[in-house]
Amino acid sequence: MASRSLKTEHYQNQPGWARWLRLAGLPALLLVCLLACVALGSVSIPLGRTAAILWDALLGRPAAPGVEATIILTVRLPRVLSVLLVGAALSLCGAAMQGLLRNPLADGATLGVSSGASLGAMLAILLGFQLPGLPLAGTALMSVFFASFSLLLVLALAFALDRSLSTSTIILIGVIYTMFTGSLMSLLISFSGTRLRPLTFWTLGSLTGAGYNEALFMLLALIICGSPLLAHWKELDAFAMGEENARHIGVPVRQVKMTIMVAVSLLIGISVSIGGSIGFVGLVIPHITRLITGPSHRRLLGASVLLGGVFLMLCDLAARTLLSPIELPLGVVTSLIGAVFFVVILTRSRGRAA
Amino acid sequence: MLKVTGLGVNYRGLEAVRDVSFHLQAGQWLMLAGPNGAGKSSLLQAVAQTVPATGSILVGGDEARRLPARTLARRLAVLRQTHSLGYAFTVEQLVSLGRYAHQGAFSRGDPQGRQKVEEALALCGLDQIRKQNALTLSGGELQRAFLAQVFAQDAPLLLLDEPASHLDLAYQQSIFGLIALWLRTPGRAVMSVVHDLQLARRYGSHVLLMREGRSLAWGPIDQALTDHHLQEAYGLDVRAWFTWLQDPWVDGQNPPN
Repeated sequence: MASRSLKTEHYQNQPGWARWLRLAGLPALLLVCLLACVALGSVSIPLGRTAAILWDALLGRPAAPGVEATIILTVRLPRVLSVLLVGAALSLCGAAMQGLLRNPLADGATLGVSSGASLGAMLAILLGFQLPGLPLAGTALMSVFFASFSLLLVLALAFALDRSLSTSTIILIGVIYTMFTGSLMSLLISFSGTRLRPLTFWTLGSLTGAGYNEALFMLLALIICGSPLLAHWKELDAFAMGEENARHIGVPVRQVKMTIMVAVSLLIGISVSIGGSIGFVGLVIPHITRLITGPSHRRLLGASVLLGGVFLMLCDLAARTLLSPIELPLGVVTSLIGAVFFVVILTRSRGRAA
Repeated sequence: MLKVTGLGVNYRGLEAVRDVSFHLQAGQWLMLAGPNGAGKSSLLQAVAQTVPATGSILVGGDEARRLPARTLARRLAVLRQTHSLGYAFTVEQLVSLGRYAHQGAFSRGDPQGRQKVEEALALCGLDQIRKQNALTLSGGELQRAFLAQVFAQDAPLLLLDEPASHLDLAYQQSIFGLIALWLRTPGRAVMSVVHDLQLARRYGSHVLLMREGRSLAWGPIDQALTDHHLQEAYGLDVRAWFTWLQDPWVDGQNPPN
């Protein structure tokens, strides 16, 4: 059984204060990473100077003249904030889906929503669908619409096959749907000719040029769709112990399942509309978080939000600095780093458990 | 406590249970017995509201299918035969989840919760392993942990689906002994699916004998579990079979037909 491989009993044996210290460390880590990611780049700005500029901006003081403040406040900060929020959203969705479907290989993309959203965005670009006055809104709208449509389609198919909406049916239909939309996207790319570059963006993921609007949109989505996920930690614990068992202890199974899947789909759709399809965050971060917090969703969900933000900020930093001035696609970096990281974690945790 | 009238379960045209009626009162332990495919588990699941059924199921006086999930779980708890845990929860976390139906948002509004969990852990002898990863437990220990979860749930009616048929003799004795102890508190009742007729006879107060989805006999165990009914249910002389089984050291005896 794959889930048995990720044992976390070493966590369970820690004294209470050590656990709290590690949890309190996460927000601190997030802030340090935020500062570092804003400071570093093709033009590196000293950390102290960066902190001072951010502090002034936070207090509403007029920015000190100079190119540094401009770089930080108009280019890097909005991008890093967008990256942080997208990472947090993907990771939260992954943690929720892994609990809901009781499957350690699930993430926000398992339902087929992520690829559906990418397909929507691609179609918007190819068909030139735009909202007047809002350059990116057309693609965002299409990808959120396609995400919702994908969820409905997957659930309707699953329901037609199996009235109880069992998790195995949902996963099966989701995987088939993901493959189907994936091949449609490949088809679109192969026929797109000169318009190829913006299309590959949606399959590889990138947050280049993300501004405060994107960050604000993502923040609202995270608050609105993330709160019901965080509020359902107990139900997710129950699901992780088996759906039948959840029903027997009094969880309104179908209602909770629908709430979580709708929230995850909206959040994933919005993330894709802003950053394209970024893999591995939702899969790997909840596992790493589980090593810190243990399997209970009470702390797992919140900690996944923070760690997802940290991870994606660092990946984005790597994407824009490693081969500067060439920028790597973010999705490629997350998958490369994520895969290696995951194997290391897996080996270490297995070694410890043995 | 439980009143079932004209219950039917239908799986896409396959009639698993047909027109079964019985009731269960406080202090009783009703055994559902019968050959494989008789519809025992379907009946139990129908009462637990995990499979759709026709007919009426009154739990604590209310139609079960109209009760919200939490309310139903406060009146009726279920222990299944096997469990599939997804992640490395501790025994204590697992048992605490039994309190779900009694809690409001953010785990508030359950002043008795802590005490009930502690009592269940102590009763099932899980104090020493409360921090242990439930994935590392043996089948018997895991079943005992889930039994503690069911005890913590503190519902007056307990449904068991072959709770010990995959366990060794010692765990079988321990699980049945714990349930019998739990049943001593007034106002509680148990309904369980059993394959082992000897366990049914020892622990049950009542029996519902089934065959091909129908009820063959229902009543106090010594009146309903007769040689005649057993012959009808299993198509074999059960008494002769048990007699032969109990004395395996006698040579040259062939099994009865």
